[in-house]
Amino acid sequence: MAQTRIDTANHVVGYAAKAARVKVVAAYPITPQTTIVEKIADFVESGEMDAQYIRVESEHSAMVACIGAAATGVRTFTASSSHGLALMHEPLHWASGSRLPIVMAVVNRAMGPGWNIWPDFSDTLSQRDTGWLQFYCADSQEVFDTIIQAYKLCEDERVFLPAMVCLEGFILSHTYAPVQIPEQEKVDDFLSPYKSGWILDVDRPYSHGNMVSPEWYMEFRYMIQEAMENAKKLIVEIDREYGKKFGFEYGGLVEKYECEDADFVLLTMGTMASDAKVAVKKMREEGLKVGSARVRVFRPFPVEEIRAIAENAQMIATVDRHVSFGNEGFLATEAKAALYGQKDSPLIAGFLAGLGGRDVTPQTIEKIARKSFKSLSMGKVEKKVEWVDLVE
Amino acid sequence: MVTIKELAKEEYLLKGHAACAGCGPAISLRLLFKALGNKIMVVVPACCSTIIQGSYPYTSFAVPVQNIIFESAAAAASGIVAALHQRRLESITVVAWAGDGGTVDIGIQALSGAADRETDFIYICYDNEAYGNTGMQRSGATPYGAWTTTTPSGKKERKKDLPMIMAAHRVPYVATACPSYPIDLVNKLRKAKKMRGTKYIHILAPCPTGWRYDSGKTVEMGRLAVQTGLWALYEIEYGKFKLSPPSDRLLDQAKRKPVREYFAPQGRFRGLTEEDVERIQQWVNEDWESYRKLAA
Repeated sequence: MAQTRIDTANHVVGYAAKAARVKVVAAYPITPQTTIVEKIADFVESGEMDAQYIRVESEHSAMVACIGAAATGVRTFTASSSHGLALMHEPLHWASGSRLPIVMAVVNRAMGPGWNIWPDFSDTLSQRDTGWLQFYCADSQEVFDTIIQAYKLCEDERVFLPAMVCLEGFILSHTYAPVQIPEQEKVDDFLSPYKSGWILDVDRPYSHGNMVSPEWYMEFRYMIQEAMENAKKLIVEIDREYGKKFGFEYGGLVEKYECEDADFVLLTMGTMASDAKVAVKKMREEGLKVGSARVRVFRPFPVEEIRAIAENAQMIATVDRHVSFGNEGFLATEAKAALYGQKDSPLIAGFLAGLGGRDVTPQTIEKIARKSFKSLSMGKVEKKVEWVDLVE
Repeated sequence: MVTIKELAKEEYLLKGHAACAGCGPAISLRLLFKALGNKIMVVVPACCSTIIQGSYPYTSFAVPVQNIIFESAAAAASGIVAALHQRRLESITVVAWAGDGGTVDIGIQALSGAADRETDFIYICYDNEAYGNTGMQRSGATPYGAWTTTTPSGKKERKKDLPMIMAAHRVPYVATACPSYPIDLVNKLRKAKKMRGTKYIHILAPCPTGWRYDSGKTVEMGRLAVQTGLWALYEIEYGKFKLSPPSDRLLDQAKRKPVREYFAPQGRFRGLTEEDVERIQQWVNEDWESYRKLAA
């Protein structure tokens, strides 16, 4: 029987690393990720987890140690957040370029200054182009399930890339919620032992990651792009297989709610989708044809899914917990790019909300929706970027 | 202890490598492989050995190599050691092979962390006293007065003493070496291989391109560094300091050659004034007073 625990999402991350039979963990503490590494340290010291826990001196070394361990043929795990993730930027590239299937939990937190420990996607979205797959979770159960799924996906020979499993600080990380932890045998049955494309081997002495000239470099990058495309199909398949086995399914790359006949769709990421669902339900009662779509996977970006949503909708409002200074939120930019050149593509309004942990409630989302409906009735979006609840 | 006749015949630094003629690091690397054999895993951060290795799809190293970002040799080694432990493959020796920039400057944090965690590996700094790969820029290991491209009028500060910094980490083994004394280098590597914990070996590796001397004189240059006392060969084993031959015979100042003999053949020291040379001689004499105390 699966065990139901009332626990924080951070502790659930620890349970997921244990269930995945991770062999090497290298991590450095940072708020609000800390209770993940504490939980794993407990598991390792009590012998519940057969792993080496490397208490590195920085996040930079955490990722590099994971690279070394993954290259030596074992499943690895780490967790970070915000400035820690930013410090990892360089090895993130090295991990994906080395095609190592490392999985990392990232507890989303704002970047300073000033110091802000609250949720914001600017940490992980700043790492958008590092060649890592990116999952954004909406609840604690999904955090557990996605970590298990991520290992299966990353260790598939059609992918062999690392993945970030993102959860918002405090909203998820420190909030107690019921989560089902499946039996170990069932996880073992779903997730085969560690597999990677290559390994350091004294009997097959290759140099890995040495100099590569312009006549070869582009091909290696092309292969990463292909792997990202392959991942799109596999994410859907793995999600479905997981759903059949464990009872939880998340719609693959995009989780949709009331989108089938919606004139207007709210496009969000992470926990804001839960607030969006409440708002949609209320507005549906008023007869407004609203739907909500949650981008669960940001890399690879679900271009096809966004296009399918746009086929019926006349308007999409994106809500970003992040801003790309000098332009807009990434979700807005990428949704627009996905729809460029499509026939009868909907209006898109970009909203920025919840930066640095500013509270986003169903009422906030409702306000965004009503504003968007106004744009729809006017037939145009007046402001490219709308900052929600900004104190002027 | 080995003699020159007992050195392994096998070559794991292959022909066609891309080192400069007379490269001190390449000689050291060849000896490293002879000393440790091929049941090793080598971590190479950005350094001259990135180039010496050769470009994909070729390599001149006949052992598995994990190339890694500049500041991270010791961190990558930590991951490899942990994974080997989990796979019950602890008989494989993990070696980090890094330049002086990657060790005394940008890599010191990861190295200090790995030593602090008592990681079971050998860390070797091959020190050519500047960022050689990028064309000789000043590093923390560049000696006082030396020309580099970023100290065109000579470095104004003294060389950072990394072996002593590592000794302060209380690691089981710290040693200095030089490829001009190959048997000493090989014996130190072999001893390090047998010990558990973090072993740190700092090799002064002359660089004809950067130091501006005739490429046929690399061995001579290393000998002069040792004979003048500018580079002392020693071991610190479980905290116990011991000078190695021939440095153990140089405690008496009269036995050491004047430092100017080391500076004269090297273009990088052309800017040294008479006062500089005297100042350096004084520092060397003081260093040897400390060695005398440590050895007592």
